[in-house]
Amino acid sequence: MAKRVLVKGNEAIAMGAIAAGCRFYFGYPITPQNDIPEYMSAHLPDAGGVFIQAESEIASINMLLGAAVTGARAMTSSSSPGISLKQEGISYLCGSEVPGVIVNMSRSGPGLGGIHPSQGDYFQSTRGGGHGDYRTLVLAPSTAQENYDLTMLAFDLADKYRNPVLILGDALLGNIKEPVELKPYRKTPPVKDWALTGTAGRPQRIVKSLFLADGELTVQNWKLFKKYQSMERDVRFENYLTDDAEMIVVAFGSVARILKTSVDKLRAKGRKIGLLRPITLFPFPKAAVLAAAQQCGHLMAVELNTGQMVEDVRLAADCQAKVDFYGRPPGSIPTPDELAHEVEKAWRQGGRK
Amino acid sequence: MYFDTIIAGFGGQGVMLMGNLLAYAAMKAGRQVTYMPVYGVEMRGGTANCTVVISDKPVGSPIVQEPVSAVVLNNPSAEKFSPKVKKNGLLLVNSSLVDEKYVQARTKRILRIPSLELASEVGNPRLANMVMLGALVQVSGLVTVEQVVKCLPEALDPRYHKMIPVNSAALSRGAEFAKQS
Amino acid sequence: MSAQTSKKAPAKPAPAKAAQPKAAQPKLTQVFDRPKSLKDVPWHFCPGCHHGVIHRLVGEQLDAFGLREKTIGVASVGCSVFLYDYFDVDVVESPHGRAAAVATGVKRARPDNFVFTYQGDGDLAAIGTAEIVHAANRGEKILVVFVNNAVFGMTGGQMAPTTLAGQVTTTSPRGRDIETAGPPIRMAEMLTTLEGASFVARVAVDNIKNLKKAKAALKRAFEYQVNGWGFAFVEFLSSCPTNWKMTPEAANARVGKEMADYFPLATFKDRRAE
Repeated sequence: MAKRVLVKGNEAIAMGAIAAGCRFYFGYPITPQNDIPEYMSAHLPDAGGVFIQAESEIASINMLLGAAVTGARAMTSSSSPGISLKQEGISYLCGSEVPGVIVNMSRSGPGLGGIHPSQGDYFQSTRGGGHGDYRTLVLAPSTAQENYDLTMLAFDLADKYRNPVLILGDALLGNIKEPVELKPYRKTPPVKDWALTGTAGRPQRIVKSLFLADGELTVQNWKLFKKYQSMERDVRFENYLTDDAEMIVVAFGSVARILKTSVDKLRAKGRKIGLLRPITLFPFPKAAVLAAAQQCGHLMAVELNTGQMVEDVRLAADCQAKVDFYGRPPGSIPTPDELAHEVEKAWRQGGRK
Repeated sequence: MYFDTIIAGFGGQGVMLMGNLLAYAAMKAGRQVTYMPVYGVEMRGGTANCTVVISDKPVGSPIVQEPVSAVVLNNPSAEKFSPKVKKNGLLLVNSSLVDEKYVQARTKRILRIPSLELASEVGNPRLANMVMLGALVQVSGLVTVEQVVKCLPEALDPRYHKMIPVNSAALSRGAEFAKQS
Repeated sequence: MSAQTSKKAPAKPAPAKAAQPKAAQPKLTQVFDRPKSLKDVPWHFCPGCHHGVIHRLVGEQLDAFGLREKTIGVASVGCSVFLYDYFDVDVVESPHGRAAAVATGVKRARPDNFVFTYQGDGDLAAIGTAEIVHAANRGEKILVVFVNNAVFGMTGGQMAPTTLAGQVTTTSPRGRDIETAGPPIRMAEMLTTLEGASFVARVAVDNIKNLKKAKAALKRAFEYQVNGWGFAFVEFLSSCPTNWKMTPEAANARVGKEMADYFPLATFKDRRAE
């Protein structure tokens, strides 16, 4: 077994990145993710990498673009308002098909909001977030171990699709400490035959997102669309006690792990409740949600916002189930008992017969 | 096996270190564990608390409404967390600082520990937190004091490694006090 | 190619096709050619625009230092966005104003490559002010070619931070009012104040004398990166006849008079020479 260490969720992300061969980190301080740049500044130079504390979030994402365009694995991290600032760069990364990993240990908004855990950035994460018709892959860990594992995966997926990958966590996932098994990274990163390295022995390479010739941008957008569709192959989710469930709760990230305890409590009372946890938020596990809808006719989305992912759940359920919703804006973290109460209330009312 | 605890006090009383050490020791003992810190707005002087959940199964919720146990180091913490401890739960009170009127609990299993006095006995009143942790470890039977001591090098900043022996002594003193109570 | 370039050339500019039939025609020596770092394609630049000359000067230095195959160019947003169409080097296109940040990432990841940005005044002196200031202050070992034509060119002639007082643009129809728009920014002087910047110069290409000086300054700027000496910045004053609503000749003259009066031509900093 690999070494097990007790680390903060934020640190687990940084460790996963370095393990996966990330050698370039660019960031700007913002709570609650500062452990990531702090860890990177301490450890990346020893790994032969480069840490830059940039002058802005905008500069950070563009430095990432610059490093990644040479074929290097690069990462930036921030929290909600900072991620808003990075959207321009994320759109360019998508448009010019440059891979990169962007971590959002989100806080609460809108505006300066607060540093409470929140899932208010679901729409921004899964709908592109910046200008143009594009998507980023979005991974939503729910434990420190997943922070580590999914960060490694994020670099692979980014390279595989030549697309930015977003890791969406929150203050809770960034600040908890849990044992993390430091699994070694065993993959061989792909050869990047598009990377800019100088033209020695080959024709010029251009990485750009401007397509002005007649029909060129249409072709590029269809190409991107097909790529986003193909990401379905990498959809990930976890089913927890869903086999015999009469109602299945859908939740991601920190809320999903709290709900696991709620489900355990309800099961102990004989309530047949299950949990479906999307791990990729884009691509959304549509087939799994539809299957859950058809199985029990009763779903419930639970989120730390006033209703965002529930829209994806309803779309995926395709009217095959009643879809209830419980959400709460930032301010306090719901306890397992509070969530169990809400879930049980919905369960009592019954689903679609 | 499932256990959780909320450790609460002023910032600077060493609440986070207590939680960290407990989490380390539980991990080393092969358990699943989650440590969650909650800071007041001010890092020092304000209230701070952390929750440690220890289990054989992967930990679901890192937050706990009614803890199995709580360790309260000051009055505001005693007032806030004493009533939340489960009916048959365990409440450890820092009797050196906590006024009895703030200890309003449903549980009868309350251990009052004069941590400052005990820590002074081993030579450093600032190690009251280690006395409390020693007592918690002893009463809960989760891990041994020796297991906690072994985690000190990892949990403590290298600057404080010279204080490992006195920390160990404070842990033992707390455990010994709990055993006799 | 613009009028200035052919003025400069002693002989009639050779057609870009290099290979001449060998037979007959003795004693014809080619004295003017396209740098290998530039592609054999027509410019899209307007008649009288200085971008073509500046491109050529950069291409000449890339050739002279043997850097073509080692170069990664960073294109910006503006008239110079098509850098990749003209330079036969690897090019990444940067978001508007961010070229210095993109170049930072490129250079840190590929320290052995030659990295340059090519940015206009809207890009560098307006939306990209933070990026250029901090890249310069970090002493990034990159070359920044800054083309200052006192106007937003590609978007149709709007006021830039470098637009001269009283200059009429599409967004300063009554002339730039420095009471409300502030005076034009002198980027070269501003960057000179930064300890991190190692080489800063302002040049023009409006006549042969200035062009020779520009060439020399650019060569020196190249040396800074080639030798790992640090951040180098060369500001070129440029004409924009189209958006200035002038003939190429009048626009060229304006560069040497009005512009150079406010934006003095000089090498402000040459740390290695100090």
